Amino acid sequence: MKPAPFEYHRVERTEDALERLAELGDEAKILAGGQSLVPMMNFRLVRPPALVDISRIPDLRYVERDGDCLRVGALTLHREVEQLDDPALIRGYELLPRSARWVGHYPIRTRGTFGGSVAHADPSAEWCMLAVLLDATVVVSGPQGEREIPAADFFLGFFTTAMEPGELLVEVRFPRPRPHAALQEFARRHGDFAIVAAAVAVDVDGDRMTDARIVIGGVDEIPLRVTDAEAVLEGAEPGAEAFAEAGRAAGAAVEPSADIHGSAEYRKELTAVLVRRALAEAVGGEGGDGG
Amino acid sequence: MSELHLVAMTVNGTRHEVAVEARRTLADVLRHDLGYTGTHLGCEHGICGACTVLVDGEPTRSCLVFGVQADDADVETVEGLGSEDALNPLQEAFTAHHALQCGFCTPGFLMLATALLRENPSPTDDEIRDAMASNICRCTGYQSILAAVRAAADGEPQPG
Amino acid sequence: MAADGAWIGRSLRRVEDPRHLTGTASFVDDIRRPGVLALAFTRSAQAAARVAGLETEAARGTDGVRAVLTAADLGDVEPLVPRLDRPDFVAVELPLLARDRVRHVGEPLAMVVADTPHAAEDGAERVVVDYEPGRAVSSIEAAVADDAPRVHDGGNVLLDTAFHDDPALDELLEDAALVLEESFASARLSAVPLEGRACLAEWDDRDQRLTLWTSTQVPHLVRTTVAALLRLPEHRLRVIAPDVGGGFGQKCVVAREEALTCIAARRLGAPVKWVEDRQESLVAGFQGHEQRFHIRAGFDDEGRLLGLAADILCDVGAYSTHPFTCGVEPLMAATELLGPYAVRHYRARARAVATNKSPMAPYRGVSRPQMVLAMERLLQKAAMRLDVDPVEIRRRNLILPDAFPWTGPAGLVIDRGSYHEALETCAEALDIDAFRERQSAAREDGRLLGLGLACFAERSGYGTEAFNQRKMTVTPGYETAVARMDPSGGVTVYVGTSGHGQGHLTTLAQVAADQLGVDPAQVEVRQSDTDATPYGWGTFASRSMVVGGGATKRATLALAARIRRLAAHLLEAAPEDIELREGRAVVRGSPERGLSFADVGRVAYLEAQRLPPDQDPGLECQASFDPPGTFSNATHGCVVEIDRETGAVAIERYVVVEDCGVMINPAIVEGQVRGGVAQGIAAALYEELVYTEEGQLQTASLMDYLVPTAAEIPAVEILHLETPSEFSETGAKGMGEGGTMGAPACVASAVADAVAHLGIEIDRLPIRPDDVLAALHAAERKEGSGAR
Repeated sequence: MKPAPFEYHRVERTEDALERLAELGDEAKILAGGQSLVPMMNFRLVRPPALVDISRIPDLRYVERDGDCLRVGALTLHREVEQLDDPALIRGYELLPRSARWVGHYPIRTRGTFGGSVAHADPSAEWCMLAVLLDATVVVSGPQGEREIPAADFFLGFFTTAMEPGELLVEVRFPRPRPHAALQEFARRHGDFAIVAAAVAVDVDGDRMTDARIVIGGVDEIPLRVTDAEAVLEGAEPGAEAFAEAGRAAGAAVEPSADIHGSAEYRKELTAVLVRRALAEAVGGEGGDGG
Repeated sequence: MSELHLVAMTVNGTRHEVAVEARRTLADVLRHDLGYTGTHLGCEHGICGACTVLVDGEPTRSCLVFGVQADDADVETVEGLGSEDALNPLQEAFTAHHALQCGFCTPGFLMLATALLRENPSPTDDEIRDAMASNICRCTGYQSILAAVRAAADGEPQPG
Repeated sequence: MAADGAWIGRSLRRVEDPRHLTGTASFVDDIRRPGVLALAFTRSAQAAARVAGLETEAARGTDGVRAVLTAADLGDVEPLVPRLDRPDFVAVELPLLARDRVRHVGEPLAMVVADTPHAAEDGAERVVVDYEPGRAVSSIEAAVADDAPRVHDGGNVLLDTAFHDDPALDELLEDAALVLEESFASARLSAVPLEGRACLAEWDDRDQRLTLWTSTQVPHLVRTTVAALLRLPEHRLRVIAPDVGGGFGQKCVVAREEALTCIAARRLGAPVKWVEDRQESLVAGFQGHEQRFHIRAGFDDEGRLLGLAADILCDVGAYSTHPFTCGVEPLMAATELLGPYAVRHYRARARAVATNKSPMAPYRGVSRPQMVLAMERLLQKAAMRLDVDPVEIRRRNLILPDAFPWTGPAGLVIDRGSYHEALETCAEALDIDAFRERQSAAREDGRLLGLGLACFAERSGYGTEAFNQRKMTVTPGYETAVARMDPSGGVTVYVGTSGHGQGHLTTLAQVAADQLGVDPAQVEVRQSDTDATPYGWGTFASRSMVVGGGATKRATLALAARIRRLAAHLLEAAPEDIELREGRAVVRGSPERGLSFADVGRVAYLEAQRLPPDQDPGLECQASFDPPGTFSNATHGCVVEIDRETGAVAIERYVVVEDCGVMINPAIVEGQVRGGVAQGIAAALYEELVYTEEGQLQTASLMDYLVPTAAEIPAVEILHLETPSEFSETGAKGMGEGGTMGAPACVASAVADAVAHLGIEIDRLPIRPDDVLAALHAAERKEGSGAR
């Protein structure tokens, strides 16, 4: 389990990264935290001829509040997100630090980056799910300058995104606070990728829910929005009944495939349960546990 | 032979410069280029944590970082903890609580616990369990490891 | 026999610990030799194929590659042919490198030696293999099917033994008040020692000798076997097991790679190192525990198990391993199935079935986790059918306290233990009545709680006769120890066992210290080096403390006698009046008349003129021990809760009541229990090597093969009972495997208890959450409207 040989280039400015990527061609890969890439290289499942190490670009590591908007620099570490606790910065985005505990293990979070995870595009990765859930914009930099890709259009399949070769993910921008949001996961073992994960967000207006958003990981090639289940919540009163119904709708809507960690039917059932539990956590009150 | 890169790093306070292939992980460099063989490789894909070291103070899987990425880094390994005749309190707690058997995972657990206790000197039992669940031990069943970290955090004098 | 003296029975800190805590330990890959080359294997990507061609040119041309060796380059090196000397056994050849046929994914085809491990791997993947794939056999069911493809030309059943027959059984199984016919299955597992296998071989031109450092549990056996394969006189091969990062049985057999690394080192005239990586370990390392039990059992109406017929199938993979062979699982299962239960009528057929998977080696517990699962679930089912309390049904079947030594229907003799007391103590610790109330209340709330029990006997200290009964061609039963006092009065004990985490440097010193009247810190134990230690069989099968500890006691007792005799001569006293304490030989009743061990040692070696006329110089004694075997016993109990929405099982409480006779070091005993239970829980809930029908392993990483973490393994409460063994020198019984043997059955029985009212049976391991949920839903559908 030693990687195949590769050329190594370290850059300290975004412009240099783009220049190097242009020189090296389509097969070169970007190395940030490396916590997903390096294991795949150790297994020789991927063998890029060249790596461009961007981890030392100083101006891509930030979390900033810009009015309603929260901007997360690509090189922000999972651990840094986990430790965000300044209310002025994080108000309405508490889901981000709360979700970080699901990201791998402690020594993975100290090294892995927010942007790296989004660019890697594992459909059950937390930041990919939250990007879709919270309508984030993915900012990528390329030879032709920056462009902004809505998260809904960013994820195209397993480990596949709308980024072009030669482009670099620089920022993930969340447009508006969603205090009523939650992530629930199920894995057989601590720290593993979820068999199924459910992320939800709703607005609560008096005794009605609006603008519901439900995203499921582990059931498709991308973090999957389930609009059928969202529709159930629109205008509904928060509570066990609505949460359960949304869960059932979500479970019915997804069409997962089976693998050694769980059958398709099992993933559908987990979807229903986790959506219900996540909604209960997001809104508070009844309906979270048991049956 | 592919291109060599000159890498400088400080390991347990000692400065090293070494020319390495880019594909050598930090674990390879520590173990085979610099002779810090206390850091072990148990899986080389980031699950077992036997290779955990501190890089600039943060616990890191040294199998998931290339040596070239640790250029200019300050690395701490098990060899930088107490010595055989002057174990530090965490090492003392591990032997007092029988928190090791074959010893292969032990350096990784020690470095993980070192990081935890530096960042959070008074962890709850749940916080200890959550952090220690990052690594795999095949011998002990973990209970003695958790007890050792608890005792080290509490600064208890060690029995036996 | 009670504890000997001052040191046995104390939880001393381990001598082994400081080196592991400071990084100064030396595992194989930590050993640095000048000019060392790295070895990587090209391994088969196919489970069953004819090898039409093997192209090595590209590999040879790879940067850094020094040599590529295939079967064709090995010349006339013989295959290993593990044998049992019995007519129902089929021996098959295990080629060191496959030549024209591969039988499992991961089988070595070529070895590539290079300057670095990286370059070796570059070369290994450039060896081009031309496969003509055949049909693979990937399960027991497929292997015994009528039209099954043949793994070996002689067929797929490599051992088919009718272990014991009882003509009365058929009638009994017709007429019994309750007859159960049940099947139990357990998944294929990897031992996953955290250090994989590893070898470093170096040829020494000066001495014309080869040294092999290998991560093994059995260094002497490796020497004997590898020397024969290399046609090297045994004294010209030195095998050293340095620090070994866990074995659990995976390293108690001789690996092809051990011989191949030696061959490469001789060919290249340079030190050669092979370090198995994790993927290689999961794919090509030895595996085990994949078994099917089919049982018919007759009970009387009070739940007494009258008789039992078992049909046992073990998936042994593609080859036998040396020396235990593929017979180890089926023979163990058939011999010891009845465990601690007083069953009079018994019949067993046990088969070793070949499949296109990596070969089986005796992984911790060897068949006994499966046997205990079968027996405990059987009793649980009978209890439910007959409306007998689960504790009571065990009480009615356990061997009675006055029935020891108990001779089972197949002749197995079980020595005294605390079977009933362990059960009662465990039941009390669990407060079963209170639990039942809590369980019913929880059920009202829709929650599923369950309580499980597992009682078992753990045979340990297998001696020569036990292996002879299996008809092994080598019988690894005895141990020998050499105890030596040096001129400074220090004591070294040389043993043939080979600890690798069990703390033998500490515990054997405790045994020696009590015989010699010294502090264990003054006793050094040397092991794991064939140049330094007496021939011995190593460390496996919970044998070391019984067999090696026995030899240590005998050798150190003999040394103590010699010291006494010499001291008596020097002090002008009678030997029987000399006592050894605190590192001195003193005259009983006159402590001022005495000699330090340093004085005694000096005379023995440096002033031979002062020796008694009939005493040779030096102070060294050798002794062996070869026990008939002795049984530890335990009862495990646990409480689980099933998340009825996800099917996940959480263990709320886990209690072990164990009796391993005299405990040499209780902390180490508890460490063995906890580690064993963790591996047993892993088998119950998490771990499984999953193969496709084509024989491809789908769980070839630790992302997919779920070794549990501290988040999954509960605290284990341990209570000790102590019934000293009459068959071991120290009164100790072996106990290294008990945790692994009891936990799978205990957890399964708890999960079964939680869902018994829904008509769900738990008879297959691991218990997966998706299966649990599917069973719950099926039960709900059957009930109509969810039996909450």
